[in-house]
This record gives sequence, structure tokens and C-alpha cells, in this order.
Amino acid sequence: MTALGTRQAPSAVPWLLAGPAQQAGAEPLAGHLARLGPCPPGSPGLIEALATSGLRGRGGARFPTARKWTAVAQRARGRAVVVVNGAEGEPASWKDQLLMTFRPHLVLDGAMLAAESVGAADIVLYVSSGAPRAGEALAAALSERGLPRRPRIQLVWAPARYVAGEETAAVRFLNGGEAKPAVVPPRPFERGVGGRPTLVQNVETLALTALLARYGPAGWSHDPMLVTVRGAVAAPGVYEVARGARLDQVVGMAGGRPGDCAAVLLGGYFGAWIPGPAVGALRLDEEGAAAAGVGLGCGVVLALPADACGVTETARAVTFLAGESAQQCGPCRLGLPALAGVLRRVADARPERGDAERLQRWTWQLGGGRGACKHPDGAVGLVGSALRTFAADFEDHLRGRPCRGRFGPPALPVPGVGAGWP
Amino acid sequence: MCAELFPERVQRDDWGYPIVSPAPIGGDLLDLARRAVDACPVLALRLERLRPER
Repeated sequence: MTALGTRQAPSAVPWLLAGPAQQAGAEPLAGHLARLGPCPPGSPGLIEALATSGLRGRGGARFPTARKWTAVAQRARGRAVVVVNGAEGEPASWKDQLLMTFRPHLVLDGAMLAAESVGAADIVLYVSSGAPRAGEALAAALSERGLPRRPRIQLVWAPARYVAGEETAAVRFLNGGEAKPAVVPPRPFERGVGGRPTLVQNVETLALTALLARYGPAGWSHDPMLVTVRGAVAAPGVYEVARGARLDQVVGMAGGRPGDCAAVLLGGYFGAWIPGPAVGALRLDEEGAAAAGVGLGCGVVLALPADACGVTETARAVTFLAGESAQQCGPCRLGLPALAGVLRRVADARPERGDAERLQRWTWQLGGGRGACKHPDGAVGLVGSALRTFAADFEDHLRGRPCRGRFGPPALPVPGVGAGWP
Repeated sequence: MCAELFPERVQRDDWGYPIVSPAPIGGDLLDLARRAVDACPVLALRLERLRPER
């Protein structure tokens, strides 16, 4: 299911996915070192290289990595904590599990580089309990390397919930609380795990720093990113693309026919539906995404087949998101389930009077950063994009005209939500 | 409660939760804003001083 790249990278820096094929299992330490050479130690110089490269985090927020490391390094006094974020709560995304399972030494190199560069005494591998192979591969890779005395390294299984990978949720869980986003300051870089300055960094970002540390920022213009491509494609899986790749090219790489897609879901369930005709114009970089009014998210590219129902898939996604609410604020606890309910009625082409207005009113009311965290904003962002992209379908459904796609095979992987709802 | 005290800047969503307008508050509205902030039983509101644009 996964294509590990064999194309020539457009720079001297190898792809993250270069190396042995997936069938070979996790790349062992000897092979990793033979292929890439030893990992240099972390240092303040690496943080400068990160700044020069312009690397942004790959966990979903796309925050400039150098800024994060600097903020922690300034406060660390040798006691910081690095949290390697392998929680990957997004159901449609596999890239982090893939990296942990098949390139664990890239992830561990990155973790060590971060710890050395910011001044950390502890590394925590925070791995989704829904990805046991990933955690096992990391543990085996640690055994191959031998545990260092400093920093201390431990593996903690994260709850397999959507919001568990949010950075303040991770910190809260590691401090003995629930894996729910924290409402109030301080931010992790100020006080996080054990009250210490904490760097929470996605596994893909850390793996990229393992390449950057070896090759330097000069050849980094391709700024590779991993995408999970699925849906109406012949070869679903994780692919690696250079900065600025067009969305239709990415769909094509996985054996999809962009012209046959009704739309493409970009980023994740907190992302946006891109209408079919716009797919060819969308370049996957910050500028291209901003121009389209969307974000790159965590690299999900889900091609909706032409005969699927965008209204139904959106209803399924929002039903899932409502169920994943941390229940910490009114908009999420009450608003999201209500929004999901309206979407399901509309998907069934059995709306109640006022449902069209509710969709508009609630996507406005529940957004705007009113929640205890960004979860409701993500959901209403998805709904807003659906209302635009599937406007004609919404109109039909609101008029009581069901579509053939309503009970087709589900296009979005949504745990617990079937085609006939739960 | 805050929506009653300060309707100029606080609406309510369909579940009764406040929707606070981000527009700056000045002049006569400041006293009303302070009352709404003080009255909130869960300390959910706060007034922040705007830094002048550089």
C-alpha cells in the first residue's frame, strides 16, 4: 500500500522515504548509518540551520520549527523535555505511523538532535496506542542503539483519540491528567512536562531535522513533505513530494485520475474540500495553500470519487469530530453534535425546517476561536468548505432529493461511523 | 448574563454561550465592559489593553 520513493530527489538530500522497501520492515541501525552516515550532534547551529531552511512543523499547525526550538532553548537550562509526537489522531493520516515503523532511526536521530540543541534532559516518545507496531519499532530501534544515560528516553502510549496529539493535551497527559487540550497558559515552551520547558514536535518534523543536520540547509529548497493519499486512487499510501507539487500531480502519483474526482479533502478532518476544477491549480506550499484559503494540515489528500456524496461524507466526518470533543466548552459539547445532526438529516435528504439557516448560522457561531481549543474551528472549517464545494448537492438534499451516493461505500475512514450512521 | 449586561459587544449563540465581538472598546463602553467582566461567575471574560499600532 505504501510507495517508498525511488524517484530522484530534486536535490542532494535524500527523501525521507528513500532506503529499503516497506517489505523489508524497519530499517536497521547498520543500514541507516551505512546509507546516511552518522548523525552529527545537535547544537545552536542546528537551530540556525532550521531557521535558514524555513522548515515548518508537520503535525498540522505548520509552525516555524526554529522559532519553537529557540523558545525552549532560551528557557531550558539543561532541563527541558522533548516530546516526540507520534499520536497521529487524524484517522486519514498514516505518515507518522509509517515513519515510526519503517524509519525509526530517523525519528530517534531527530529526537536526539532536538534534545541536544535545546538542552533537554528527557525525551518522551508519545506514540498512539492505536499504532502498536510503531511503538514496538521505536523500542527495538532504541535497543539497537542502546539507551543513552542522558537524555533519559521513555516511551509512553498516547490515548488513541483525535485531540490527544494536540501539544497541550500531550503535556497534560504526561503530567498525569487527561489527554485534553489545556485551556489556560502557560504554553509548553514555558512550562510543560513536570513544569519544565517542553518541545512537542511531530515525528515527521524530527525525521526531517535528521536529514537537515547531515546535509545542511543549502540543498533544502525542495522542502519535502509526506502526504497520505487515499480515496479514489489505485495505489493509496504515503508519498513524499517536493514543495510546490500540484494537488492533481499528487493524486496522479497514487494512480488517481484528478479529472474523475468530485473533490479532494486536503489536510485532514480539520482541513478543507477542494473542488475538482481547483485541484489542478493548487500548489502544495504555504503560498499556494494561502491563495486557495486553505491549509496543508497534516498532509491528508483524499480524493472523493465522482459518484460519492460529499454531503454524506462531511456528515460522517463531523459526527466523528463531535464524538471526539474534549467536552470542555459549550460550542464543542453542544454545538458540534447539533451541527452533525443537521448534516445527517440533510445527507438523508430529510431536513427539518430551518436546517439551511442552521448550517449557515452555526458554522459562523461555532467558529472564530470561541472554543477551549481549535477543535470546533476545524470542524466548522470543514463544513464551510463543504457548503461551498458541494453547494449544488446541498441544495438538492435540502429540497428532499436524495442522491445515489448516499449509501455508497464510505470514502472517509471514520472510526465508529458507518454509511448508515452508527 | 454578560450578554444582558453588555449587549453592545456580547451576543449569544443558540445554546446561550457568549459570542464576544473582538472590536476594541473605548469611551462610554469601557464601564459596561468592566461590569460584564466583574459579573462573570466563572471568570470567563477579561479586558485587555490594546497596544498602540507601531
